[in-house]
Amino acid sequence: MLPKAKLWLSLLAGALLFWSAGLQAAWEVNMPQGVTQISRDTYDLHMTIVWWCVAIGVVVYGGILWSIIFYRKSRGAQPARFHESVKLEILWTLIPFVILILMAVPATRLLSQAYDTSESELDIQITGYQWRWEYSYIPTSADEEEVSFFSVMSTPRDSISNQMEKGENYLLEVDRPLVIPTDTKVRFLMTSQDVLHSWWVPELSIKKDTIPGFINETWVVVDEPGVYRGQCAELCGVDHGFMPIEVHALEPAEYEEWYAEQQETARMEAELADAELTMDEAMETGESVYGTNCVTCHQVDGSGNPPSFPALADSEVVVGDADGVTATIVHGVDGTAMAAYGRQLNMVDLASVVTYIRNAFGNNSGDIVQPADVNEIMQEGQ
Amino acid sequence: MSEHDDTGSPNARLVKRLLLGVGGMFAFGFALVPLYDVICDVTGLNGKGRTQDQYVLTEGLAPEVDEQREITMQFTVHGELVDDWKFRPSERAMVIRPGEMKRISYTVTNPYDHAVTTQAIPSVAPNVASGYLNKIECFCFEEQVLEPGQTVEMPLQFFVDPELPERVSKLTLAYRLYDISENKPAVASNR
Amino acid sequence: MSAAAHAIDHHHGPARGISRWLFTTNHKDIGTLYLWFSLAMFFLGGTFAMVIRAELFQPGLQFVDPNFFNQMTTMHGLVMVFGAVMPAFVGLANWMIPLMIGAPDMALPRMNNWSFWILPFAFLLMVSTLFMDGGGPNFGWTFYAPLSTTYAPDSVTFFIFAVHIMGASSIMGAINVIATILNMRAPGMTLMKMPLFVWTWLITAYLLLAVMPVLAGVVTMMLFDIHFGTSFFDAAGGGDPVLFQHLFWFFGHPEVYIMILPAFGIVSAIIPTFARKRLFGYDSMVYATASIAFLSFIVWAHHMFTVGMPLAGQLFFMYSTMLIAVPTGVKVFNWMSTMFKGSMTFETPMLFAIAFVVLFTLGGFTGIMLAIVPLDFQYHDSYFVVAHFHYVLVPGAIFSLMAAAYYWLPKWTGNMYDETLGKLHFWLSFIGVNVLFFPQHFLGLAGMPRRIPDYALQFADFNWISSVGGFLFGASQLVFLFVVIKCIRGGKKATDQVWEGAEGLEWTVPSPAPYHTFETPPDPKLIKAQ
Repeated sequence: MLPKAKLWLSLLAGALLFWSAGLQAAWEVNMPQGVTQISRDTYDLHMTIVWWCVAIGVVVYGGILWSIIFYRKSRGAQPARFHESVKLEILWTLIPFVILILMAVPATRLLSQAYDTSESELDIQITGYQWRWEYSYIPTSADEEEVSFFSVMSTPRDSISNQMEKGENYLLEVDRPLVIPTDTKVRFLMTSQDVLHSWWVPELSIKKDTIPGFINETWVVVDEPGVYRGQCAELCGVDHGFMPIEVHALEPAEYEEWYAEQQETARMEAELADAELTMDEAMETGESVYGTNCVTCHQVDGSGNPPSFPALADSEVVVGDADGVTATIVHGVDGTAMAAYGRQLNMVDLASVVTYIRNAFGNNSGDIVQPADVNEIMQEGQ
Repeated sequence: MSEHDDTGSPNARLVKRLLLGVGGMFAFGFALVPLYDVICDVTGLNGKGRTQDQYVLTEGLAPEVDEQREITMQFTVHGELVDDWKFRPSERAMVIRPGEMKRISYTVTNPYDHAVTTQAIPSVAPNVASGYLNKIECFCFEEQVLEPGQTVEMPLQFFVDPELPERVSKLTLAYRLYDISENKPAVASNR
Repeated sequence: MSAAAHAIDHHHGPARGISRWLFTTNHKDIGTLYLWFSLAMFFLGGTFAMVIRAELFQPGLQFVDPNFFNQMTTMHGLVMVFGAVMPAFVGLANWMIPLMIGAPDMALPRMNNWSFWILPFAFLLMVSTLFMDGGGPNFGWTFYAPLSTTYAPDSVTFFIFAVHIMGASSIMGAINVIATILNMRAPGMTLMKMPLFVWTWLITAYLLLAVMPVLAGVVTMMLFDIHFGTSFFDAAGGGDPVLFQHLFWFFGHPEVYIMILPAFGIVSAIIPTFARKRLFGYDSMVYATASIAFLSFIVWAHHMFTVGMPLAGQLFFMYSTMLIAVPTGVKVFNWMSTMFKGSMTFETPMLFAIAFVVLFTLGGFTGIMLAIVPLDFQYHDSYFVVAHFHYVLVPGAIFSLMAAAYYWLPKWTGNMYDETLGKLHFWLSFIGVNVLFFPQHFLGLAGMPRRIPDYALQFADFNWISSVGGFLFGASQLVFLFVVIKCIRGGKKATDQVWEGAEGLEWTVPSPAPYHTFETPPDPKLIKAQ
């Protein structure tokens, strides 16, 4: 072979490779095949239907194109006089009907499978909140602690407002992902705290609405360990676009290890109320808690966005009575956008964030709020 | 400027009939609300379980216990009162046999210094099973009034109909407790 | 069109000045008002769409905050559905139905005036919410509870009131159409001789009467939940948020056909004209329209496959939805056969009509895909759905309206429009609409949810392409506005028949159509079988 031809061939192969790599990244045009039997079956059915549509499209569009080309007046076409045919009408009623039946049979089979939630080995309750997810692992025995945590988007607000580089998983990353074992039937029970949300992970082929007051269920068996990402699919208010889902599927043994760790942490959390924080610890933890939970409304510099979101900087309320501020954060303020963080954050985080806002943005109360103080307020109630 | 009278006979009759239809459809929209409840009750559409009427057991109608079958029954709670009000079931799960009468209880504490009224809303998964979960006695049948600081134990007595479809082996009964006191302030708006 | 004002050669013409329009009971004047109103709303809703596409041009937030973005998606939907598409069809009905059936006017002219004039107030009310404290509706045009009740901005009450007024307007319009068609037909105009546009509008009017009251009921329930402490949609009081969706879509799905059936009628008028051949299968077209209307009442829950219905329910709604493909297919095959062995020319109305058939069919394909429940779990609430319903509504309903405007403009104004500019408008729109919406299929399949102001980086490329298409499509509509104004102001004089192959009573009256037509019924010999 000529050297020149070889060069061209390798260039072509390179271009093809580059093109297909590009296809997978940014130019993805099709549904993912996913990592469960159901998701692969869904993909296959999707392709079957697409090809049926292409076939029908060829007939319809071909017919129209044929007429456009051959029956134009400029070619001297004379109009025919026929204008009805009962036989034809019956024909093109029956043929689509048969095609639809051919489509409906596999669809029915697949749907029945997707609905079979029986024999699950692990049950997880997913609760939608404005605008975060809560995952609760339902204990299988009485001596297990309930592992339950919130999963909040971890993409920095600065990268959304284009003041910072956007990372690879921009808007699709969370602080604490949902962890599930592979090769295990996991059943999800879904509900919502406030408005409708919808939990969607394309690679698991799961999309289910979470409805306040009611529970929905679905299930999954993941075949391959990996990280699978998704988003809320039902409009749920301002930050609907910013409540992603991240699922980590681990080998069963690794999962067991992780779960045992969570058990340990859950036990410790009960003891956290006794912890004693230093100013530095509190400020450091507080800043990160603030960055995840408060910054959207109250802003990085504590300037807020009055009147809806009051400023924290230079606020007499904030530097005033520590118990009052703590109570506000724990219970929220009814009738406003201020949510109750009492059960979303642990006591160390709550104590730290109170300390932080009382000593940041130019505020200087100088005192440290301890987890024990927070605990007291939580016990007192509203 | 029209020469056609709006009240002219054929038009007037037709308009009257059409308006009747419009009124009928408006009423039908509202009729769909109770109709929906009935459909839900029959089909378990929204998974509430049989909550409309207390299930009354009469002599001789006591179900036969199906000794051959075991069902795992889970009890979960959700909503904002779980932590604040310490709303808990006495057991998280139990293995039961269809037809077997069971009893568990839920506790809840009023954390305020004023009385509150609560209403529990049940939901059953899978929702096809909701029609087979019969509650004999349940705190969800009526509103509960809690005195300041009071802790109450609320009973639930139930059995699962032996007719429960074979493929259901696990049943989840989820409760959400709502504070429905009159003086409860409205929730935050969507900005 | 104001040109009608210059064309008075009858015994009594219109009043002068603003009072002509305020107090008019003339079907042509009211039709004109409806058409101008809907064109204005089309540009307003289009402006909202441009804001959306500008924000989505690149990842990150550039122009608007998420709350305003949500208001834009909501208002775009509401304005386009209730302000642009529906009033445009009512305008066409006002202008053309009396001309097509040989009636001197609509049956209830005074009510006709009312049904138009309450519309601008409804939209003024609705759009004014954007400037209220807390902003306008931000819960999507489907306004699912409880986001639209418990969690809604205060302005929701005004939104509810506006919906009530629009509903009243639509109901009055529909009653008028039915009364006109049933009571005012010229002697010899039997039901099965009516042009298909009249037939599709008759069926549409019945759909309107059946479902607009249900919508009114739904928003009334919302009002009660918000202000009077009821719990229709609040689980705490024994209600159910899912009930809202059932009620909404019981209205919403027939509403979809309200926006497309008259389009079928328009296309069924235009294709035979430019193919110079009678419409193929007139009878089956009528039956297909009626079947689609009937089926529209038993498919509503296919919009809510992910809310967790029992298996049997899912299957029922899947099968019934798939069935709609049959009568829709019959229509497409009939249009194909009308063109087959015709003698076609491709003036602007024909171009839009052919594009309608092609692109509406594409929207139909994605419709079948969406009907299949396990697949819908992936497509639902993603950009795939956005692409689907825009394909049936933009190159569907909107293209049919463009086709109708070009087709009947010479009859309305007495002048031919500028064919070159018309074709330019068509090709820009055709390219724009496909660049705009086709990539959205890919975005949805790859996992992009709808109604989000910002997106992950893998969606960036198709989004900017889509935005470019959007700007092109938006800008090319200015060409349309220019063509319309130019045509009103002058141009080649149109003949009475206007188009060589045009048949029907509307082409027997002079161009422009005089202020009063068919004051004496037309000669029955003029009425031919369709």
